[in-house]
Amino acid sequence: MVAFALRRVLETVPVLIGVSVVVFLVLRFIPGDPAIVLLGERATPQNVARLREQLGLNEPWSVQYWRFVQGLSRGDAGRSVRSNRPVLEEARARLPASIELTVAALLVACVLGIGAGIVSATLRGSAADHASRVLSLAGISIPIFWLGLVLIWIFAVQLRWLPPDGRLDADTRYTPTTGFIFVDALLQRRPDLAVNGLRHLILPAIALSTVPMAIIARMTRSSMLEVMRADHVRTARSKGLPERTVTWRHAFKNAALPIITVVGLQVGFLLSGAILTETIFAWPGIGRWIYESILNRDYPVVQGMTLLVAVIFVLVNLVVDVLYAALDPRIRV
Amino acid sequence: MDAVGRAGTALDPAIPRSAPPPPPGVSLPARQARGLAADALHRLLRDPAAMVGLVIVLLMAGMAVAAPLVTRHDPLKQALVERLKPPSQNHPFGTDNLGRDVYSRVVYGGRISLRVGIFAVVVGAIAGTLLGLLAGYGGRVTDSVISRSMEIVLAFPSTLLAIAIVAARGPGIENTMLAIGLISIPVYARLSRASVIALKERDFVLAARCTGASGSRILFRHILPNGLSPLIVAATLGIATAIVEAAALGFLGLGAQPPVPEWGLMLTDARNFLLNAPWAMIFPGLAIMLTVLGFNLFGDGLRDALDPQLRR
Repeated sequence: MVAFALRRVLETVPVLIGVSVVVFLVLRFIPGDPAIVLLGERATPQNVARLREQLGLNEPWSVQYWRFVQGLSRGDAGRSVRSNRPVLEEARARLPASIELTVAALLVACVLGIGAGIVSATLRGSAADHASRVLSLAGISIPIFWLGLVLIWIFAVQLRWLPPDGRLDADTRYTPTTGFIFVDALLQRRPDLAVNGLRHLILPAIALSTVPMAIIARMTRSSMLEVMRADHVRTARSKGLPERTVTWRHAFKNAALPIITVVGLQVGFLLSGAILTETIFAWPGIGRWIYESILNRDYPVVQGMTLLVAVIFVLVNLVVDVLYAALDPRIRV
Repeated sequence: MDAVGRAGTALDPAIPRSAPPPPPGVSLPARQARGLAADALHRLLRDPAAMVGLVIVLLMAGMAVAAPLVTRHDPLKQALVERLKPPSQNHPFGTDNLGRDVYSRVVYGGRISLRVGIFAVVVGAIAGTLLGLLAGYGGRVTDSVISRSMEIVLAFPSTLLAIAIVAARGPGIENTMLAIGLISIPVYARLSRASVIALKERDFVLAARCTGASGSRILFRHILPNGLSPLIVAATLGIATAIVEAAALGFLGLGAQPPVPEWGLMLTDARNFLLNAPWAMIFPGLAIMLTVLGFNLFGDGLRDALDPQLRR
């Protein structure tokens, strides 16, 4: 098991190197002189020259890449052209908002997706099964940015049940301790903060969770159907075990492996979906920052954040693989 | 050489049905493939979900092609006195913030979305399939280089990579198509590589090799036709993904630029008028969802039809 995990970690290294090359190249893909693009057409030649120097654009690519990697190893992913602050420092302030949203969406997706999948499989052919299948197909096909707008229109504009944007009400006094609202609500003993945060979290989390939820529901259904035909499930039933025990202890436990893989793959969707969701709901996280940085042509931020998100994605996949191997000894060979 | 070439054609997919039965031990995949294709078509036609999907796709495509015939208004024509009007007989989907007819814009938008979807899939599928064939057939070093490169592309969440590419190259439809095509390459590369690896040691390929068929002939005439079905399924589902991704880029202001009637871009405009004109937001979104649903339903049905083992 340890050997498998180690091998898997080692395999990640070349991928991470490749990711850094791709991210490095993104800035070089810009047609024309990146310094002029960053500063605008009216920039003086002196300013352009200074920025070229600052970005190291006068060096050969190999040297530029080496500098880039050296910087990364020191935890330096460049500076935002707009705020002139280190990219990673600004990212740290925004990361908790994104993590809260992504985790909430993943939770919603797992609970509802797995639940719907199990109901569908155990009541195969029933109205509930058909409803769940139609909904999951619709869920896969729905553009989340549109769903976000529809949710805002219904629940914030028409019904006025929930706030349309932001992470907290505008007049809330909040000094971050950890940056995670729910953790801070506990630490600072402020239930009002938790309620406030939760009300803001519901709509974006639902919007972001839809596609993963639908995919998880479909995977759970097909995986459960396969396992429920297996001999050991028939044996469990014929022993007279209650249906609930059969479903959970005998069927679901064995159907869980492919579901875990699919859940792991959804993290990638959540990370890029966050760009759209955060933009629609004015959520002050990494995703919206990437979007704003693209509009502002703040390429070091786009570069740094693309790298950060890709690294998170690679690491999540690594964890999922190792987890999979821990649960299924056959994988370790 | 001529005799060898003729011997090669005897094993080709174009084998006539009246050919004498093969000696025992020689498989004839081509003959099976035709049987399978007819079989798959039969199953597909009897799958109601797939047929619903096909009808939706044909309807959307038909409307897009016949846009000038099924609309009464110019999708670009502004009429400020008519701005933000609710749905009516004259404007079935209402008007937007510049008084443009939302129905016309949705119908014309279909042209752009379908074009982007299909073009991106063609780019991704051709490049990916070629890379996959090369990886599967070209020896260890080639395989290793291509497979590792694909892993690196897959290490990025796809939409994020598309956004980064378009952000670097500049907004616009062409770059959108290119970016979405590029990010989909690994999907096809993996599928076609898997087909090559599964098929290249099979009897019919070995037989073709014995007759002296060249590497490219074996790949394109023998292996590719027999490994095509997963690629067709991936391409159908890929159009759905490409349409959503193109709309997402449009919505972020990175895809089509105003005043082009692109569905994602229409949602960006409509976003600021949710309170006064929700119809300007609802209909373009419904159009995206319906089209994508159509391709997903059809692609799902196609997969079931082509692989009977997957049927539940």
